[in-house]
Amino acid sequence: MAASETTTAGEAARARAAEYLLRRHYVRWPEALPWLIAVACFFVFPDRMTFGSQVLIMVMFALSLDLILGYAGIIALGHAAFFGLGAYTVALASLKLGWSEPVSGVIAAGIVAGVVGIVAGWFILRYRGLTLLMLTIAFGAMLQEAGNIRSDFTGGYDGLPGLTFDPLLGHFQYDLYGHTAYWYALGVLAVVFFFVRRIVYSPFGQALTGIRENVRRMHSIGSPVHRRLVTVYAISAGIAGMAGALFTQTNAYVTLTVFDFDASAKVMVMLILGGTGRLYGAFVGAAVYMVFEDKLSKMSPTFWQFGIGLMLVLAVMFASRGLLGLAETAWRRIAKRSAP
Amino acid sequence: MPHLLTIAVSILFDGLAYAMFLFITSVGLSVTMGLMGFVNLAHGAFAMAGGYIVVSLTRSLGIDFVPSLLIASVLIALISVPFERGLYRRLYKSTDLEQVLLTIGLAFMAIATFTYFYGPIPKSVPLPHWLEGDVNLGFRSFPSYRAFLILIGAILITILWYAFERTNIGAKIRAAVDNRRMAESVGINVDRLFTLTFALGSGLAALGGGFAIQLFGLTPYFAVLYLVLFLIVVAVGGLGSLKGTLLAALVIGIIDTGGKYMFPQAGNFFIYAITVIVLLIKPAGFYGRE
Repeated sequence: MAASETTTAGEAARARAAEYLLRRHYVRWPEALPWLIAVACFFVFPDRMTFGSQVLIMVMFALSLDLILGYAGIIALGHAAFFGLGAYTVALASLKLGWSEPVSGVIAAGIVAGVVGIVAGWFILRYRGLTLLMLTIAFGAMLQEAGNIRSDFTGGYDGLPGLTFDPLLGHFQYDLYGHTAYWYALGVLAVVFFFVRRIVYSPFGQALTGIRENVRRMHSIGSPVHRRLVTVYAISAGIAGMAGALFTQTNAYVTLTVFDFDASAKVMVMLILGGTGRLYGAFVGAAVYMVFEDKLSKMSPTFWQFGIGLMLVLAVMFASRGLLGLAETAWRRIAKRSAP
Repeated sequence: MPHLLTIAVSILFDGLAYAMFLFITSVGLSVTMGLMGFVNLAHGAFAMAGGYIVVSLTRSLGIDFVPSLLIASVLIALISVPFERGLYRRLYKSTDLEQVLLTIGLAFMAIATFTYFYGPIPKSVPLPHWLEGDVNLGFRSFPSYRAFLILIGAILITILWYAFERTNIGAKIRAAVDNRRMAESVGINVDRLFTLTFALGSGLAALGGGFAIQLFGLTPYFAVLYLVLFLIVVAVGGLGSLKGTLLAALVIGIIDTGGKYMFPQAGNFFIYAITVIVLLIKPAGFYGRE
């Protein structure tokens, strides 16, 4: 009995791991909540849907960052590069090639950003720490400068105004209230989200967490670390590119400011605010950030900026796991108090 | 071809002045990062704050530009100590991400604070008579302001080199950058060393910020706009290396000045291209330890 236990210990561990992954993979009912809220928002604030679609796009952008930052532990401060690539892919395709079909445009933008992500990732993901951080910043800045050199082509900082896109699925025109844009963004976000969720709770996702926690150990158990990192970087870049494409399509306008260092920092702040490595952090962070920005920056942009700074400092000092982390701690305390 | 030579000399001179600005502002960042591996994105904010102190001293109190530079450096060095003691110290053992977030948060707060008090429009300062116009060096004349910057840069390099290579404290810093644990176990107080270099580095950054007023025009956004440049100099030069920082500042200063002269529309493209190439070949920078 004891002998057979030891020989099957490895198998048992493997079965436990598989069971754990499977259990996490099942969709639980609270996960419907953000989607229900998103749908409810449509009926509660029908005249704020242009803003709503921008929130959804930022959720998607933050989600792409969560995949590499929260799960694989890659600190990237140049993720706006891929957002911008996607944004310009659909803009230029529409303007120069007459390719204005929105859904295929988003897919094309995802592919372009993803392929660039593979190439850039293959070079820069061999490094860690400050070197990696600097390479991501420099890469984003380089794209922006390149766009500025060819401002005859990209419109430079004045941008490419007056872009037109075909009706969505051949039927739905973009309306002034942003209703079509909102459902469109929500639909794309849902598809992307369940794709990301699947990745995260797969063995591949577990390998990424392993790399984040202890890269040396992953090397020594023979995990192809570099290949895994490049893969997830490319996927994340593709999603950021798709968010960028949605951004251009819903605004019918794009400028080189999409590549700004500020944009990369902003999306990171959103993700940190919500909580990294927990998928829904992107939802909470982007929504809370955008709503506060909308209200406060109208009152005083200076105080708003001070507020973000202060919030970051406080988050690092007291709540490094974000708003969702805080909520989780509070929930556990309440549960503990009411249990006995 | 005397014309080409004139251009080359101009580029070299302006590039050298730019390099001195980069060196003065970044050297403290390099040493503190090398000592503690602390990613300090608020370094640009200290430089910006130094610049604004110079603005206030010269315009409101009527103090001359050069003494103002000195006062601003000392003030910022002193102000930086409580930041290091109170905030930075708590995060030495934290992840890079937490350090990035804390310091970028501080930078945002600094930008907002200075926008509130000084407004977003670039400030200028009254210069003494001898810093305006040109200075004749025999074979041709150069702008005196930049010549003065190069002179100060050269003096600082000499002093820092001496302090780093020839004094007891310099030897301790080098030992701690090389191997912090070993340095601690032979009785070097690395914490105190860090506070000292942090204050010194912030003071030098403030000096650089003071010089930046007339070079680029000082706005609160200086704190993040130029931060990327300082980080590039540090990363390309190699953490904690005086020699590396100087070499990186020279390479980036001169190539960028030349690039902007010949291809004005290229902006900072050359800087980023150099950074990517150098870091891909030598990930730890020119003189960094792998």
